[in-house]
Amino acid sequence: MTPTTTWYLVLAAVLFGVGVVGLMIRRNPLVMFMCIELMLNAVNLSFVAFAQAFTDISGQTAVFFVMVVAAAEVVVGLGIIIAILRRRPGATIDDLAELKG
Amino acid sequence: MELLVFVLASAMVLAGAIGVIACNNPVHAALGLVLTLFGIAVHFVSMEAHFLAAVQVIVYAGAIVVLFLFVIMLLGVDRAEDLSVEPFQIQRPLAVIVGVAISGLVIAAVVRGRSTLGEQLESGVPGDDNIRELARSLFSDNVFAFELTSVLLIVAVVGTVVLTRRQRGGASK
Repeated sequence: MTPTTTWYLVLAAVLFGVGVVGLMIRRNPLVMFMCIELMLNAVNLSFVAFAQAFTDISGQTAVFFVMVVAAAEVVVGLGIIIAILRRRPGATIDDLAELKG
Repeated sequence: MELLVFVLASAMVLAGAIGVIACNNPVHAALGLVLTLFGIAVHFVSMEAHFLAAVQVIVYAGAIVVLFLFVIMLLGVDRAEDLSVEPFQIQRPLAVIVGVAISGLVIAAVVRGRSTLGEQLESGVPGDDNIRELARSLFSDNVFAFELTSVLLIVAVVGTVVLTRRQRGGASK
């Protein structure tokens, strides 16, 4: 009994769901970012599973670009978080609702 | 053997993911993220995506998580967040319901569409051919997007430097 594409897709769906739950219940902006990474990785996993199922390399190319964009996004997001938390130490997401620095 | 690898790697992925959303301390959450990323890399290897597995370990586990840890240490937010305090009582159950619903929806779609996938994983391009194929795809069909990623990375780096620069003495320029 070997794992099929369906198994990988189910795992990716579960991982995505865990990321969604974490994004909604956590209040620390850094941990919310980590949950976004979880969701991105779930989608990457399903991309590679599809690339394997259809023997088409384009899925892996898409994963490559997702990784590049995720890296850029983390850099910019952490820069924004540093800029905010430097002025208001210990701020959670609830404190940032006014969009004032 | 493949089944064993799948089960172990999936256990790593899910345990790390639960760790990310359940740990009070952000440093522990980042370590859970590392566990998840390594599990995904193992899955990539077992699906013959060797280059992506290497990139996963180097870029995600090597660079992104280190960046997270660096910011956690820099800002000193590594004290534990008290998860038992819940400002909105209804939020947590609703979040769990929404997450389970999204997962269930995707799983239902996958199970319904299973017939189009073919049940057996074909062994795709073997070994070294994976990198060769990926390079061919990147540098021929997607070369424009590939060049644009360099612009994206430059913009991200410059933007972050501008964002986090300390302005001296109130001389806000």
